[in-house]
Amino acid sequence: METNPVNYHRKMNIPWLFNMAWRDTRKNRSRLFLFISAIVFGIAALVAIYAFKYNVQNDINGQAATLIGADLSVSGNKPADVHLKKLLDSLGDERSQERSFASMAYFPKSKGTRLVQVRALQGNFPYYGAIETTPEQAGTTFRKGQMAVVDKTLMLQFNAHVGDSIKIGNSLFLITGILNRAPGQAGVVAGIAPVVYIPMQYLEQTGLVKIGSRVNYSFYYKFTKPVNLDKLTKKLDPMLDKAGMRYETIEGRKENTGRNFGDLSRFLSLVGFVALLLGCVGVASAVHIYVREKIASIAIMRCLGVKASEAFLIYLIQIVGIGLIGSVIGAALGTAIQHLLPVVFKDFIPFTISVQISWMAIGQGILLGVIISLLFALLPLISVRNVSPLNTLRLSFDDAVLSRDPLRWLVYLLILLFIVTFTYLQLDSWLGSLFFTLGILGAFIILSGVAWLLMRFTKLLINGSWSYLWRQGFANLYRPNNQTLILMVSIGLSTMFICILFLVQNLLIGQVTLSSSGNQSNMILFDIQNSQKDSVARLTRQQGLPVLQQVPIVTLRIEQINGKTAADLQKDSTIKIPHGVFAYEYRVTFRDSLSDSEKLTDGTWIGKATPGKDIPVSVEENLSHRANLKIGDKIVFNVQGVEMPAYVASIRKVNWGKVQTNFQVVFPTGILEDAPQFQVLLTHVPSNKVSALFQRAIVSSFPNVSIIDLGLVLSVLDELLNKISYVIRFMSAFSIITGVVVLVASVRISKYQRIQESVLLRTLGASRKQIFAITALEYWFLGSLSALTGIVIAFGGTWLLAKYSFEIPYTVNFLPALILFFVISILTVIIGLLNSRGVLNKPPLEILRNNA
Amino acid sequence: METILNIADLGKTYQSAGRTLTVLHNINFSIAAGSTNAIVGPSGSGKTTLLGLCAGLDRSSAGAVELNGINLGNLTEDQRAQVRNQYVGFIFQNFQLLPTLTALENVMVPLELRNEKNIRARALDLLDKVGLADRGHHYPNQLSGGEQQRVSLARAFSNSPKILFADEPTGNLDAETSEKVVKLLFDLNKEAGTTLVLVTHDLDLAAKTQRIIRIKGGQLIADEKTING
Repeated sequence: METNPVNYHRKMNIPWLFNMAWRDTRKNRSRLFLFISAIVFGIAALVAIYAFKYNVQNDINGQAATLIGADLSVSGNKPADVHLKKLLDSLGDERSQERSFASMAYFPKSKGTRLVQVRALQGNFPYYGAIETTPEQAGTTFRKGQMAVVDKTLMLQFNAHVGDSIKIGNSLFLITGILNRAPGQAGVVAGIAPVVYIPMQYLEQTGLVKIGSRVNYSFYYKFTKPVNLDKLTKKLDPMLDKAGMRYETIEGRKENTGRNFGDLSRFLSLVGFVALLLGCVGVASAVHIYVREKIASIAIMRCLGVKASEAFLIYLIQIVGIGLIGSVIGAALGTAIQHLLPVVFKDFIPFTISVQISWMAIGQGILLGVIISLLFALLPLISVRNVSPLNTLRLSFDDAVLSRDPLRWLVYLLILLFIVTFTYLQLDSWLGSLFFTLGILGAFIILSGVAWLLMRFTKLLINGSWSYLWRQGFANLYRPNNQTLILMVSIGLSTMFICILFLVQNLLIGQVTLSSSGNQSNMILFDIQNSQKDSVARLTRQQGLPVLQQVPIVTLRIEQINGKTAADLQKDSTIKIPHGVFAYEYRVTFRDSLSDSEKLTDGTWIGKATPGKDIPVSVEENLSHRANLKIGDKIVFNVQGVEMPAYVASIRKVNWGKVQTNFQVVFPTGILEDAPQFQVLLTHVPSNKVSALFQRAIVSSFPNVSIIDLGLVLSVLDELLNKISYVIRFMSAFSIITGVVVLVASVRISKYQRIQESVLLRTLGASRKQIFAITALEYWFLGSLSALTGIVIAFGGTWLLAKYSFEIPYTVNFLPALILFFVISILTVIIGLLNSRGVLNKPPLEILRNNA
Repeated sequence: METILNIADLGKTYQSAGRTLTVLHNINFSIAAGSTNAIVGPSGSGKTTLLGLCAGLDRSSAGAVELNGINLGNLTEDQRAQVRNQYVGFIFQNFQLLPTLTALENVMVPLELRNEKNIRARALDLLDKVGLADRGHHYPNQLSGGEQQRVSLARAFSNSPKILFADEPTGNLDAETSEKVVKLLFDLNKEAGTTLVLVTHDLDLAAKTQRIIRIKGGQLIADEKTING
């Protein structure tokens, strides 16, 4: 018989595979669109953040000079000595100086007072950019007389206008302009410490700069002639370091700002990534069901001679194509959303953000979308290789079960590796990324476990005594082709993320309000001169307010630790003391007993010094760790030029969360009483009205005394937290939308599977109401149990975050969780019912024909 | 006459709930090239399993299947797929057309797989032969059962198979349509000189072939020529 030999090595016809992949999507495209929409929002979030990151990077590079305002800035918190002054005066071609400090400002017209940051300026600073004011010229003209430019929030708060006056210390200044933005200052910072610029030549007469005042001294330089700043700063470094001063160049600011925004964008990328992961859960389950529906087609193709690898490739091409389309749509959406980000972030960023299309971000987003959709689709897709052609002879759809391929373990491993690697790229920490991945994995396992248990238990629990509707509704949870697992995981994960965000926000805000409640101190008066101590206390009592605490504060530095100085540190790298320990200016107190926010952890508390012997001091726990200090270690303190030998007598644990004066170092009585010092007084004001009256009385009698109104700080902090939580909510919205899309997709898929049964029920005489009740019961049960599980995991996650990340006490707030529980459960039922409305409203025959 | 299919000591067992289920036991027969044959037997007798083994859709548990001189037991699933593509055509009871492809595309698939030329024209020619030249752009769900089976016939003959396996080709059709489809099947078969093996429990249909192989309880109980033989 004449016969052609079998060509076992037939080459793969790649164009045909693409053609088949395309043809095979016909009639499924609307469903495939649902699959891709699951990844669209995750990709959109990431592309928007990446684009934002690149634009910010470009803006930092382009605007770094205006952020610092000069080629070089030098700053420190004590005046330069003669030697250093000579050096500082020799630098640069143009020079400016600034003294900044916190002080009370008084608005005579409205009689309002508030703590502000006074910046006394001399010279033409900033050399790059401008002090942005309204009117524009005020940023320069205020230097010509006794004038001030005042932060816009302050102007609004006290209803002040240009032409009004403001009192700083003993001097009145004419407000010549509204400060819109100081160089390098973000909007949020202005809310905490609003800035008032005054000319330096009028600083003296305010009477605010005295010994012990906490003033920051800054020197700004412009180099008109070319100079190697790297070389210059290297030379200056040891001298400035010795004087406890810091320097900054434009390059340095670029790096620092870049690093700060790197952290922000990394965090936001993770939130976006979570949305993407959530979408991938949807993709994996959707592809699983899609492939299961395709078994018959695959079997026919195998029968006609299509190889296993060819069948696999046909569907792989489809999924990559879908992933690509989803990613492109996501990237386009992300590029559009990117325009919103500068509005969302404007309060956190000290410069103008440009919005440009970032092809790099788009490329990254599309690549990521394709990789991740492919990885998650691979799980069900590898089973395509095992579909037997024998199915053409035997298969009915209900029997189609995809075999479990051993290669799936490899895919699981690839997915885990991908998540760890991606989070590492965002967090830059293997440990962090490992915890993140384990957290996600743990949540997956718990949710899958609960889903599994639910199916087992429901099967066991249902019995004939239940009404038909309940039995049918619950049976839907475990019968073949159920959506229990996918819905539990997707709804549970979405709920968990949203709930954690709410709980953490509540925890942080709760932490702040807790410390301001009751009869605790909520107003702090500081910079009280020793001579004013008694009169300030008297005035406080006259106003009917309690003096809750009055504490002396002495400023000092550490000169030596166990005989080692800062200079030794530079010579010998084996000394395990950070340099900052010597450079830092400590504010310490002296007393004979521990306060109620302190607990001794080591050594013995000595409340009184013995004349002629080394001074026994108590060191705070964190400082002892940082400076590697143990009981008995010798420390030489420098108190305004006088050296004082001391030793570590005890180590204390301090509750910094309590609103009262806390200290890193506490001296015994009998040593510092005569050292230059200032006093701090703590009181409690019952209302804003009393607070305003008291502040006015203090400022008019003691203009040098500064007041922190904790109520105001709290409201600013609350505003800040609201802004932060707005940013987080904005980002988590992507997760929520993805969660809803996955929910809609999952429910829609189940609709195709349920349709036959619902129609059968209707044909047998079930009323619309009954079908409605069965569907509602099923989705209510699924939604509520998923939400409950997600919330329980969120409580656990928040506890871990509170204990290990924020290190604050964990308190449970059930209200947001309860609201979330009902919102998610009801939303699930609504989506479930909306999807089933086709079955409810149309005659059975019509549906059967349409879905045949 | 040459042998196209040789079945020797063929057996098939399945593991079910810890028990070994014997579906086919010690089957032996040969099919001559160009002949028409029917495998008949009651439901559950193992005839469809036998068809699957003969066509290389499944592996036997014992014995050998030699198709066109090739021992299918020695081949991998992909190699068997290639054998099916080159030598075998199929007709199924439920037509098994790819639902996302048009009638014309369904006929084209075996040819496309072989990377042949003039695929479209040849497929259109085949559709013309089954009387569906004007329905080529319709999807399976837009065609009646009889029309779908005719498309299936066109597809089965598209790769000029050496042997055609038909599993209850009229099982899902009414009497009148069945008659038309059967006539078409036999006409095309005669024209192409293909060997036909059909599985059925319709004895009238079986009688149209040259030989009837009877199976019962997984065993061959009779092998007889018909008046056509």
